[in-house]
Amino acid sequence: MTGIANYVVLSGVLFAIGGIGFLVRRNVLVALMSIEIMLNAVNLLLVAFNRLHAGELTGQLFAFFIIAAEAAEVAVGLAIVLSLFRIKRTVRSDEADLLKN
Amino acid sequence: MHMTLGDWYFALCGLVAVLGAFVTVSNPNPIRGAMGLLLMILSIAGLFLSLHAQFLAAIQLIVYAGAIVVLFLFVIMLLGPSAQSPRDGRGKIARYFGGGLFGLAFMGGGFLVMRGAKWAGLPPVDADFGGIDKFGQVLFSRGVVPFELSSALLMIAVVGAVAIARGKHKGEES
Repeated sequence: MTGIANYVVLSGVLFAIGGIGFLVRRNVLVALMSIEIMLNAVNLLLVAFNRLHAGELTGQLFAFFIIAAEAAEVAVGLAIVLSLFRIKRTVRSDEADLLKN
Repeated sequence: MHMTLGDWYFALCGLVAVLGAFVTVSNPNPIRGAMGLLLMILSIAGLFLSLHAQFLAAIQLIVYAGAIVVLFLFVIMLLGPSAQSPRDGRGKIARYFGGGLFGLAFMGGGFLVMRGAKWAGLPPVDADFGGIDKFGQVLFSRGVVPFELSSALLMIAVVGAVAIARGKHKGEES
């Protein structure tokens, strides 16, 4: 039987993959995609718990606003990536040291 | 253990989602990473369908697969070959140690949380739960203030993105 526990485990695995990718990879584009994976895992968990407590649509409403916030985040993040590339000719996060010294 | 059709559907979508996420974080080529992200987004939309969230599944497809992944692909193509950062071993041990520590801590926490979990099925639900009519009623009654605020958020984000990505042009002060 597919219960809430299956969805919690799947969401946890996806969140862990996203978090590890964010920590390990230095390509800024991949870091942004890892953030996408983590937010998707959280959305899945919200919708699954909303399905368990099916009286209200609060979880799905929350997931909807997370999707809206995420679209804004990706737009600004990719603009920063383009700006960084214009200045430093790189997409590696450890070479973005413009505020150093 | 007998598996129903819904269990097979969950297993398929979950495996594809984990595979896509793994490709995204492990592939050195960001184009392939974006394709992995697309795969994960599609299977998450499938899981939304199995969770009676039809409207959110449609929104997931439109916003993620239709907008966010395409935006990623545009930026990767704009950067060209330099989107793929060259191999470099500096700080590798520290990064992998951090990632491994995060993974182990997450596994430990997950084990503690899931120790006494009940693996029972989900309760039955109304046929129109999660459809666009029910969702719209909630969105425009209880969620109307955050809905309006999110429109302001998107507007500000778009203007900010244009301002950041445009750079400086001739004739502008430093």
